[in-house]
Amino acid sequence: MSAVDLSLFCVAALLALGPAAIVLRRLAAVSALVYGASALLCLVLTSVGVSVLAGAAEISGRVLPIGLPWLGAHWQLDALSAFFLLVVGFGGAAASIYAIGYGRHEQEPLRVLPFYPAFLGAMVLVVLAHDAFSFLLSWEVMSLLSWALVMAHHRAAGTQHAGYVYLVMAGFGTMALLLAFGLLAGSAGDYAFEAMRATQRSPAMAAAILALMLVGAGSKAGLVPLHVWLPLAHPAAPSHVSALMSGVMTKVALYGLIRVVFDLAGPLAWWASPAVIVLGATTAVLGILNALVASDIKKVLAYSTIENIGVIVAALGLALAFRANGMAATSALAFSAALFHIFNHAAFKSLLFMGAGNVLVATGQRELDALGGLIHRMPVTAFLMLVGALAISALPPLNGFASEWLLFQSVLKSPDLPQAGLQIIVPAAGAMLALAAALAAAAFVRLYGVGFLGRPRSEVAAKAVEVDRFSLAAMGALALVCVLAGIFPGVVLDLLAPAAEAMAHARLPVQADDAWQTLVPIAEARSTYNGLLVFLFIVFSATSSAWLVHRLASRRLRRGPAWDCGFPSDIANTQYGAGSFAQPLRRVLGTILLGAREDVSMPPPGDNRPARLGVIVRDVIWEGGYLRLSAIINAIATQSNRLQFLTIRRYLSLVVGSLVSLLLVLTIWN
Amino acid sequence: MDRIAFDIAHLLAGGLVLVSFMMIYQDRLYALLNVFALHAVVLSLSVSWQAYTQHAPHLYVTAAIALIFKAIIIPGVLHRIIRQMGIHREVEKVVGAGVTMLAGMGLVAMSIVLMLGLTEAADAFAREDLAFALSVVLLGLLMMVTRRNAVSQVVGFMSLENGLILAATGAKGMPLVVEISVAFSVLIAFIVIGVFLFRIRERFDTIDLGALDDYRGEHE
Amino acid sequence: MLSLLIQGAQMALVVALAPALVGLVRKVKARMLRRRGASIVQPYRDILRLMRKEVVLAENASWLFRVVPYMVFAATWVAAALVPTFATGLQFNWTADLIAIVALLGSARFFLALAGMDVGTAFGGIGASREMMIASMAEPAMLLAVFSVSLVAGSTQLSTVASYMATEDVGLRVSLGLALVALVIVALAENARIPVDNPTTHLELTMVHEAMVLEYSGRHLAMIEIAAALKLLLYISLIGCIFVPWGIASGSAGVLAYPLSLAFYIGKLAVGGVMLGVFEVSIAKMRVFRVPDFLGAALMLGLLGMLLLFVSRSL
Repeated sequence: MSAVDLSLFCVAALLALGPAAIVLRRLAAVSALVYGASALLCLVLTSVGVSVLAGAAEISGRVLPIGLPWLGAHWQLDALSAFFLLVVGFGGAAASIYAIGYGRHEQEPLRVLPFYPAFLGAMVLVVLAHDAFSFLLSWEVMSLLSWALVMAHHRAAGTQHAGYVYLVMAGFGTMALLLAFGLLAGSAGDYAFEAMRATQRSPAMAAAILALMLVGAGSKAGLVPLHVWLPLAHPAAPSHVSALMSGVMTKVALYGLIRVVFDLAGPLAWWASPAVIVLGATTAVLGILNALVASDIKKVLAYSTIENIGVIVAALGLALAFRANGMAATSALAFSAALFHIFNHAAFKSLLFMGAGNVLVATGQRELDALGGLIHRMPVTAFLMLVGALAISALPPLNGFASEWLLFQSVLKSPDLPQAGLQIIVPAAGAMLALAAALAAAAFVRLYGVGFLGRPRSEVAAKAVEVDRFSLAAMGALALVCVLAGIFPGVVLDLLAPAAEAMAHARLPVQADDAWQTLVPIAEARSTYNGLLVFLFIVFSATSSAWLVHRLASRRLRRGPAWDCGFPSDIANTQYGAGSFAQPLRRVLGTILLGAREDVSMPPPGDNRPARLGVIVRDVIWEGGYLRLSAIINAIATQSNRLQFLTIRRYLSLVVGSLVSLLLVLTIWN
Repeated sequence: MDRIAFDIAHLLAGGLVLVSFMMIYQDRLYALLNVFALHAVVLSLSVSWQAYTQHAPHLYVTAAIALIFKAIIIPGVLHRIIRQMGIHREVEKVVGAGVTMLAGMGLVAMSIVLMLGLTEAADAFAREDLAFALSVVLLGLLMMVTRRNAVSQVVGFMSLENGLILAATGAKGMPLVVEISVAFSVLIAFIVIGVFLFRIRERFDTIDLGALDDYRGEHE
Repeated sequence: MLSLLIQGAQMALVVALAPALVGLVRKVKARMLRRRGASIVQPYRDILRLMRKEVVLAENASWLFRVVPYMVFAATWVAAALVPTFATGLQFNWTADLIAIVALLGSARFFLALAGMDVGTAFGGIGASREMMIASMAEPAMLLAVFSVSLVAGSTQLSTVASYMATEDVGLRVSLGLALVALVIVALAENARIPVDNPTTHLELTMVHEAMVLEYSGRHLAMIEIAAALKLLLYISLIGCIFVPWGIASGSAGVLAYPLSLAFYIGKLAVGGVMLGVFEVSIAKMRVFRVPDFLGAALMLGLLGMLLLFVSRSL
């Protein structure tokens, strides 16, 4: 059985699990059964992906006689698909294992169970599809199923609005994808990917396809300004689905972008790349700024997903810029950085969403200002969340840093680019990415410090209890992936090298040869990084210094009330909360970019009312862009309403007029 | 041109751009004037270095004009004006320093890309010099746009003139006549604006240009 | 073998010298204010005294609070061990480059900010929040300065950078000057020095770093003080090895070169410390919300340095 057949078989099983869940709904263990089976199938898919990447399995294709009669459905598992299959597989497996425990708390399991495995299956199908029809169909099925999952808690406040916005944006995105594939197929109209790849295109045409893909796939991935649905929809879904949507589905969207832009559209001119780089860097900064002021724990994570997507897209833009200038090796470096970050983000974002799910289960609260002190009540969750927070803040020796480091290395190759414009834009984008990384650290100190440290700010937080073992096991596995990928980045880089090679037409030096697992992306004299040694050094110096101090100096310890400059207060609200922590950065950066305003009402002397400080943060893009756009569309619709009340003669003249103008166009064209 | 001569010229011209940025960062009028004096000093150094390397003694005159007029006399006079008129000594900005500097950075990037693209045939130093000069000119303009206060607008205008002189000296063999005219134009502009300044003060008791808008009926 | 020995010597040296550097800065400041000031070895005495005292831990402090001092120390120490001080070609030089060193300091700060939030006091929170604000402006500025330097030297590897900077090829470059100024501003901010933060105040709302570590006592506080001193030493060594790279013994130099280079290094540290002390007494502390402008200026300098680099490179 070839690799692609095995994958398709797994997909069929996943799709069949949905109806099975409905049939077996009376069974007590149905939830555990469905999630367990999904986890197993996902693990199989992961191993298929790994074996193709490692070269153990052949690249294989399959045409099924379904779909369009003259086309059939093409499926193929090449290196790029295999890498994304690996991402979908391990993200899906972790989420499924997590859901075995988390799913028990679901109020209406039948609103989740039938859709969940099918959603996984649809994502795998998108990755495997090798003709435009199957791709778009799988894409749309993936969108609809995820929409159904977002609507699982349809009675909760805001969910219906989230679902509505998501549906509109998904429809809009698919429209752009349709146009892109139409351009790809050209006048010949061959929808198989092989034919598209073989077609020659002008650079302008390729750039138009890139623009359409940035709209179509970018809206699904969360690129600014098409991100508005993401912070609404991802938090609204049940937490294991949030983990899948943020950690995995956004990556499937990026797969679409990569497949079309790097593989099918053909060579792009260099002038197409600055737009991608700038778009990515802007997305990163705006996303993380929003995360910094959001007060809902899942919303913070959703906005941080936008930031990471921005980082990945900026890296892809760099790869495009280098590839257009024939610098294949550097292009491979930037592309590998993007893939590595995709892998890493899938791991730590899933981990963090699961942690948020644990908090939700234990306290029923998502607002940061109702949490606090969870490190005492939920020690394991708190520890695993700490690993996730360190990893996503790009701190060594964890995996987030390794991929950002590679990205910065490729930014530093920018002087070799021949175009002065790119030479300036690339380092400027590098500065924005550095800003985004630093802000990410601030955002996650805030999330962790307010949510897990300090004193509980509500009754529920004070009474929280640790969650079940399945949830913790899934999180533990992901945390382990984060640590291992950070310590042995060379292993991951070697694994994804075939995918990068296929797209960037060059291979990074093999990293595994080095005895110490040092990353040497370009040359040893230029830059090296060794996660293993950094990890060992830190562990060694921390433990040895602790041991020495305890041994030689003092080990006495006494508990007492907090000092707090002599004015400790029992009231939990005297702590720094989510709003107060964000205040300095909100004032510095948010005034313009977020439209943040502080509203102070100070009663006159003698008045006993309390002084109040309100903070207003607006989504500038939502208000300035979307609301205005919808107002314009409304106005046009009202105007065109008049067309309904015309006489027959006028209708006829409209028809004749359009016919004549079309003929006129044809005449001029020829 | 040998390497070290080139490096020094580069250093001085780049220093001029840097001092332009320092002017944008200042938020006290006296400090602004001091930085402007520094701007003129750097300019005169740069011009004298050109005079030395190009063996063009007439450029020393330009350097001397820059040093005496712009670094000493004009800042001194403006100091006195501020003291006599009791102008509020903070620079009134339309937008914050950070945003202005970011915009300035964009302008510098633009002028570098533009000039390097336009002058590919010219010799290395002239290209670079023109890129820096255009940056200084644009930064001067930016300063005039983003300040409300007339004194800081005058300073912005004069730093713009400095940029022009930098461009003129970088191009080899520019005759002295032009430099004198450039210097005179600065002087005249200074006098005109100075008079203008007094007139505004007499009429409206403020040198905030926004006050003029009231009389045009534009200000709400 | 020799390089391993030098690596070990350097790791010991930075820890041994760091408190003396802090003592020197304090001494200089005191003399400038016409006070006699404490002896240069006073920080050693302080640390020893703190080490011997018992720890008073807030009742609701978690395990994280107790682990953080050692983590902060370890991350800072590893970073400091990788900066060439008196010799290049250290055994573990290739472990991390300049970008990784910046990020290691970021790890230390992340942990310290979390510790500030752990006890749940207003002071810890205000310190952590402002520290992260300052860091998010300082880190990009630092990276831009690093970019300028490594674009000139063609490497982010500090040993390579230091050797390159000592050669004639560098010439006079305005970009490097800008990077130096940016790096100095960042160093002032990151080490909580005047004008960004005041290392000598306690009990004042303008403070940042000291507010964050307010709940620490005993050996924990001692570890944090050593880490802070190490960080100051690291930044001065970093600036020294990039911009004043003379006197650093290269890997191929004989054993006899080391005493001389050691003397050079201590001299550089002393000059850096004196300059810092003089600078601190001659300038006033800023309002917290002026700090972003100050660091924004560093960011702009870094960016400008890089732009000017392209002018001279594209010849």
